[in-house]
Amino acid sequence: MAAPDSIYGLFPGPAAADLGLNALRDAGVAREKIVVMSAEPFEEYEFAHMGSSVAMYRIAACGGIAGGALGFLLARFVQTAYPFPLITGGMPLVAPWPTGIVTYELTMLSAIVTTVITLLITTGLPNWRKGKIYDDEVSSGMVLIGIVDPSVGARADLEDRLRRAGAAKIKGTGRFARGG
Amino acid sequence: MQKTPEQINEDLLRPLQGTGNVYRVVLAFFVCVVIVAGYAFGHQIDNGIGVAGIRRPVFWGFYITNFVFWIGLSHAGTLISAILRLCNATWRRPVTRCAEVITVFALSIGAAFPVIHLGRPWVAFWLFPYPSERGIWPNIRSPLLWDFFAINTYLMGSVTFLLLPMIPDFALVRDRAVGFRKKIYSALSLGWSGTPKQWHRLETAMHIMAIAVIPVAVSVHSIVSWDFAMAPVPMWHSTIFAPYFVCGAIFSGIAALIIAMALLRKFLHLEEYLLPIHFENLGKLLLVMSLLWVYFVASERLTAWYGNEPAEMTVFWLTQRGSFSPLFWTMVFCNFILPFPILAIKKLRTITGCVIASIGVVIGMWLERFLIIVPSLSRKYLPYSWATSAYRPTWVEITITAGTFAAMVMLYMLFSKFIPIISVWELKAGQHPVAAEEYARFADGQTRLADELERSEAGAE
Repeated sequence: MAAPDSIYGLFPGPAAADLGLNALRDAGVAREKIVVMSAEPFEEYEFAHMGSSVAMYRIAACGGIAGGALGFLLARFVQTAYPFPLITGGMPLVAPWPTGIVTYELTMLSAIVTTVITLLITTGLPNWRKGKIYDDEVSSGMVLIGIVDPSVGARADLEDRLRRAGAAKIKGTGRFARGG
Repeated sequence: MQKTPEQINEDLLRPLQGTGNVYRVVLAFFVCVVIVAGYAFGHQIDNGIGVAGIRRPVFWGFYITNFVFWIGLSHAGTLISAILRLCNATWRRPVTRCAEVITVFALSIGAAFPVIHLGRPWVAFWLFPYPSERGIWPNIRSPLLWDFFAINTYLMGSVTFLLLPMIPDFALVRDRAVGFRKKIYSALSLGWSGTPKQWHRLETAMHIMAIAVIPVAVSVHSIVSWDFAMAPVPMWHSTIFAPYFVCGAIFSGIAALIIAMALLRKFLHLEEYLLPIHFENLGKLLLVMSLLWVYFVASERLTAWYGNEPAEMTVFWLTQRGSFSPLFWTMVFCNFILPFPILAIKKLRTITGCVIASIGVVIGMWLERFLIIVPSLSRKYLPYSWATSAYRPTWVEITITAGTFAAMVMLYMLFSKFIPIISVWELKAGQHPVAAEEYARFADGQTRLADELERSEAGAE
């Protein structure tokens, strides 16, 4: 699969990347068309807050509750599933202490599993397809700020803005690839 | 001096790029020990559990000692890492992965021991709660079944807690690898590209995992302690056992972490990352745990002694001045008398000092697990069931025990050869300058750049 059309700048640091982001905004580029990539999280900078938020804590809690309910039902079923009448000497057939332990462990396990699944689904991982916007220099410390599917006419202006904002390199993919 | 991202990449990815002869020889040695242990296990399967030294009434010997020891050791990683993560302790960054790896391997080794201990390990799955054709379910009232749930939950949590922050580092290695290695790391990195959304989700997920994993870790060793405390056996049936076990687990875990960090520092040349301050901080934690441990031991012993219950006193004196007393006092020496002065005196709390104290603690904590299990089983309530001869481990048990220690080192060596043992992105994130300073530094450079651009444009015109 071919890479989408894009122009991007590689910025040597987060402060420059923030300026690059502002330069694109000033040019009227829509938020959803801007791509940002970095080799580490830069919570202190504006470009690091481009992603939408997801209520991961609540989803994890819901997963935990569901897992806990499942754990309770499993523990209850296991204790009542003997093929013979179990004599408990007047004690409850479903013992609260072991049932509580199994319920607790499965609550936590489900919360953990739900968190992992939420992470993978909301970030689109795994994503092994080729032809996406990425540059190996990101892992060397560069911050990538780019525009997906820009109009051909705006190319020179966008490249100029990225360069003036401090981009060390300007690159492109698809139609905007160098030599393409 | 602060290192650039490129220098950090260079330093931390170096161990992945080449393998020396010393590494190969050491690895081969440990592989051989593991193979010999595998042979011993095969011998046990072939000839039956009778080749082990466990005899009536001491049915739990080296294997269950190792089980408790390794599960305890596993508390080094995920629990400590999660606590430091939640406290936002910045010094944790080079330490967390070293610690989390210990958890995963130690837990896996520990979980193997109940299976090794089974007379017929090939039917181990009968312990699992699954709808079998026999229509029989395992007895959920047994603490051993609680272990099944607790250990699996902790293992699952620890594995994901280790794996999630490894994804960006796999991407880092992917970008520098070529050929087959690139394919492998591309697959492992799941196509990570480092978008803000991915970073935000990953950090949130790690925070949730840290919150979830702490109570799970506490529950695991509490439940392991209940394997003993729920049984009416002298010196076992005690309310103090759960916190006592958790304390001991964290104690041995920190000790193992210090030893592992010192070895990594030395052999992977990570002197600039694993700093004396890390050992000093962990040494202080170890000191606190040593004091807590001695408090728990004293509480347990004092209560038994003051109660003067005959069956308990039999076991008590067996360990204090009977046949197990050399082991008991060695344990006290290793867990308190040796580490306390080393860790309490600042001048002695060096890397070497911390490692010496930690080696003592690991030995002491193994002895502690042994002393909890064997003396009590050999002197239960009814004297007719007392052991007529002392428990003696056979070569099979000793070899399998040695094999698990070798397996731990072997797995750790292999891990550090294929995966950065220090979380690269977390380390870099911990070095961020304050945003305002970075802006000021950048603005300075930006003014010069604008001047250059203007000059070049003027020249073109």
